[in-house]
Amino acid sequence: MPVSAASRERRLAALARRLAVDFGLDALGFVSLFALWYVASVYLVHSVLFPPPGPVLWRAIEMIEDGSLFEQVGASLQRILIGFTLGSLLGVALGLLTGSFRPVRRLLSAYVETLRFIPAVAMITVAVIWFGIGEASKIFIITYATVFVVLITTAAGVSGIAPNKLRAAQSLGANRAQIFFLVTLPATVPFILTGMRVAMANAFTTIVAAELVAANEGIGTMLWNARLYMLVDDIFVALAALAILGFVVDRCFRWLVFRFAGRYSPLA
Amino acid sequence: MSAVISMNDLEKRFRSRLGEDHVAVDGFTLEIASGEFFCLLGPSGCGKSTVLSLVAGFEPPTRGRLAIDGVPITGPGADRAVVFQGDDSLFNWLTARQNVEFGLRVAGMAAAARRERALHFLDLVGLRNQAERYPSELSGGMKQRVQIARVLANEPKIMLMDEPFGALDAQTRLLMQEQLAAIWRRTRISILFITHDIDEAITLGTRIGIMRAGPRASLKATVDVDLDVAQRQRTDPAFVRIYGRVYDLIRDEVLKSVDRGMSSGAAA
Repeated sequence: MPVSAASRERRLAALARRLAVDFGLDALGFVSLFALWYVASVYLVHSVLFPPPGPVLWRAIEMIEDGSLFEQVGASLQRILIGFTLGSLLGVALGLLTGSFRPVRRLLSAYVETLRFIPAVAMITVAVIWFGIGEASKIFIITYATVFVVLITTAAGVSGIAPNKLRAAQSLGANRAQIFFLVTLPATVPFILTGMRVAMANAFTTIVAAELVAANEGIGTMLWNARLYMLVDDIFVALAALAILGFVVDRCFRWLVFRFAGRYSPLA
Repeated sequence: MSAVISMNDLEKRFRSRLGEDHVAVDGFTLEIASGEFFCLLGPSGCGKSTVLSLVAGFEPPTRGRLAIDGVPITGPGADRAVVFQGDDSLFNWLTARQNVEFGLRVAGMAAAARRERALHFLDLVGLRNQAERYPSELSGGMKQRVQIARVLANEPKIMLMDEPFGALDAQTRLLMQEQLAAIWRRTRISILFITHDIDEAITLGTRIGIMRAGPRASLKATVDVDLDVAQRQRTDPAFVRIYGRVYDLIRDEVLKSVDRGMSSGAAA
């Protein structure tokens, strides 16, 4: 069916309009967030304990200039990335095994069905006793916070594959290994990615808690020290940093999914 | 006449959750010759699909002998391709072409050769221009044609089709029947085709098998369909005569099956 240049142009214009409206609404949402913050702090609360956006922004610029903000954020981010990667790898591997083999599922259920109810935050205590207040304990905690979510979603993905897909592959001559790599794995990718995205949010909550309790640097430490010295602006810089960091990391994750796994995307 | 599929006194017994056995098929005997287009017809729930899944090798019979060219069936194999009723057997992360290439890929064919072959078979089912589309971008009829192309590209000895057009609208179904008939005339591949539609069976088949109502279903009779291409339409007297014979054979079984359905419904 030939598409005339005029109708194609009309469709492109319609698409551009829709994108512009979407972007405008996004921007409006963010502006209103800051406006609400400003109104709440200046007109409703009237307290030094709830600073408006302006002073927080100045404080953030100061901390960026002296390098301390990036140092703290970088420390937390590094722990998250290492622990998250370890936890995801472990979770995917165990999840695939759990979903594929009944004996493994029965065997691992004792671990999965008990340990996953112990919040990672509760594990901070033993992590510090075992590994000290350095990097090892943080990475342990983040791995712990990641592994079960990824494991469970991966296993659910494997057992949710339509039996006809597996049967079709068998009848087309695929052997067990080929079925695993060419059918089971790609069919499970959307579940793995969903699990990882949820786990990423877990990792953020958990790292702050871990650093609040015991650490020498990081966003949690920054919050705790600021509380000790009543540096309210610093507290708000840390909170804003968490929000922005979470937002950026999640967007990067979405972008990577679209870029490299668009076909499997659970987010599309 | 050499039998390509021979089924001898087959029984399939399922153990239910409550420990009561359900015998879907009992004493099923049938030989299908090479190059036959055999339509297996029966009331719904009579065990037609069970017979197909035994021949496909998805599950073993609990009694009886089952062989392809005299060799006992031990599991699924590339000599027996299956076209499923729903579209959930397509690999949704692969394009139409990649789906058709699947069997060639697992057999180790080089990329360029299998691409050419896949395009040839997509052309055969009229989907040359949809080769790079994903299943989610295709209509129901197109998806069934992708399944058929995927199966034909693998050059199986036998095509097993489980109500492949059952979920399509009436017009699309007629079109698909025409295409399948044309493909069969060209390739003379042996086909076991499951359906509950008498018209469809007479339009397509060279022989029709009528099943008794389940449980413990078996083959009641077979009817030869010695019609040429021009006679294969509902208004042709020869077509009508065969329709009458098949209808008489199947009528009692449908009534029995309805009775049993109602009594078991009342018991439950």
